[in-house]
Amino acid sequence: MSYLRKILAIVWKDIVAELRTKEMFSAMFVFSILVIVIFNFAFDLRVSGERVRAVAPGALWVAFAFSGILGLNRAFVMEKDRGCLEGLLLAPVDHTAIYFGKMLSTILFMLIVEAFMLPVFTAFFGVNLFDLRLLLIVVLGTVGFAAVGTILSAMTAQTRAREVLLPILLLPVAAPVLIAAVKATAGVLDGLTMAEIARWLQLLVAFAVIFPAAAFMTFDFVVKE
Amino acid sequence: MKQAAEVREREPRAAPAPAIEVRKLVKSFGHQTALRGVDLEVAEGEFLTLFGPNGAGKTTLIRCVSSLTRPSAGTIRLRGQDLSTAATSLRQHIGLISHNPLLYGDLTADENLRFFARMYDLGDTEARIDAALDQVGLVARRRDPVRNYSRGMVQRLAIARAILHDPTIMLLDEPYTGLDLQAADMLRSVLQDLAASNRTVILTTHNLEQGLEMCDRAAILHRGKVAWEGPRTGLDLVRMKQIYRDVTRLA
Ligand SMILES: Nc1ncnc2c1ncn2[C@@H]1O[C@H](COP(=O)(O)OP(=O)(O)O)[C@@H](O)[C@H]1O
Ligand SMILES: [Mg+2]
Repeated sequence: MSYLRKILAIVWKDIVAELRTKEMFSAMFVFSILVIVIFNFAFDLRVSGERVRAVAPGALWVAFAFSGILGLNRAFVMEKDRGCLEGLLLAPVDHTAIYFGKMLSTILFMLIVEAFMLPVFTAFFGVNLFDLRLLLIVVLGTVGFAAVGTILSAMTAQTRAREVLLPILLLPVAAPVLIAAVKATAGVLDGLTMAEIARWLQLLVAFAVIFPAAAFMTFDFVVKE
Repeated sequence: MKQAAEVREREPRAAPAPAIEVRKLVKSFGHQTALRGVDLEVAEGEFLTLFGPNGAGKTTLIRCVSSLTRPSAGTIRLRGQDLSTAATSLRQHIGLISHNPLLYGDLTADENLRFFARMYDLGDTEARIDAALDQVGLVARRRDPVRNYSRGMVQRLAIARAILHDPTIMLLDEPYTGLDLQAADMLRSVLQDLAASNRTVILTTHNLEQGLEMCDRAAILHRGKVAWEGPRTGLDLVRMKQIYRDVTRLA
């Protein structure tokens, strides 16, 4: 399918560019590590297991969300700065392919950073984060966050104050995703059953479907003047 | 390249729709009206040069025809098809050289062209890329990231990128601006190839001499309207200068 191949071409291009510069990865890593270190010291986490479980889910998603914003800020700025976005818009493919391509590479970059952060988290917080349910939550939360983040990144990349505007717009809109992800993560750490965290998981699934669908319908208007 | 030529021949020749047909095109940006009713036709294989002072609307017109900008009113038809409904497939036939090189600095020349070859669903990628790089003299630097290129090299690669998919409609917005001598020569030879191979071309410029060089027809855009148009025959630089002055001074 040509549509799918072109989406993958965009992802491939982003990966090649990122492997050459590693700018996005290094920024996202350093940021995530800093979040963990600061939370660790601020809450003196080794003292009590109770406190760890109260803080860990929030700290985890703060790290993921803000490092995700760093990645998203670059996603469309790199397209916009040399007019590359116009090169994409000129290609004979439905413009939504650009959205899905950029969303997929954002998801990929976020998941890679998160995969490296989970062991670091486990070490610092002393809680085991290697739980299949948790991995599912991380993936769903990341998809929902990247889906809405990508379209807002495309919107704000056109504006002057884009680095400031993206988090200001994205955090409120993505709040339901982040809240659901934090609640579900806390549920897993507290040893709740799958049934007990099911409603948060359902919410995450819903956002992972609704946000891309909404973006699919509106993306053309966002990127074309 | 061969494939595209065959496709062109198979198309019905009975009713030759103009390759580019612009009708009552209006584009406003808020209060600013950049185009106020542009009518323009370019026949298949014709080379039209569009002159006009700064702010006349040349870039806006090129962006509308290349489907980058949505018109406020009016219609654009390319190869007989309405651009507002058939843009996705029509873009396969459009090549654009604009102020922006449309290249990724972090990718090499090779990677840039390979990416666009994929976006245009081109077969025979290797041969195409080799030919395009050869044509603009960048074979030796093909594995360097574009951000290490000089300005002239970037512009040459931008030319290679624009012709990679063998477009039948070429749109060039002030292509000579900022080119070094070598890149300008390369562009000239690419343009000559295009003109000789039955491509439809619109080239905008405010330089009368460069604009007259290869065109079949010339037009002057002034304050968002086509203020004059005429065939190249019998038009020399002196006469063109006179017309240009008269037209752009009036109204
Ligand atoms: N994106 C835009 N937003 C607002 N005004 C614009 C925009 N693009 C062009 N214009 C205005 O439209 C007019 C025509 O511009 P342009 O098409 O760039 O002219 P030219 O290329 O002939 O110099 C100018 O007055 C310009 O200020
Ligand atoms: Mg211009």
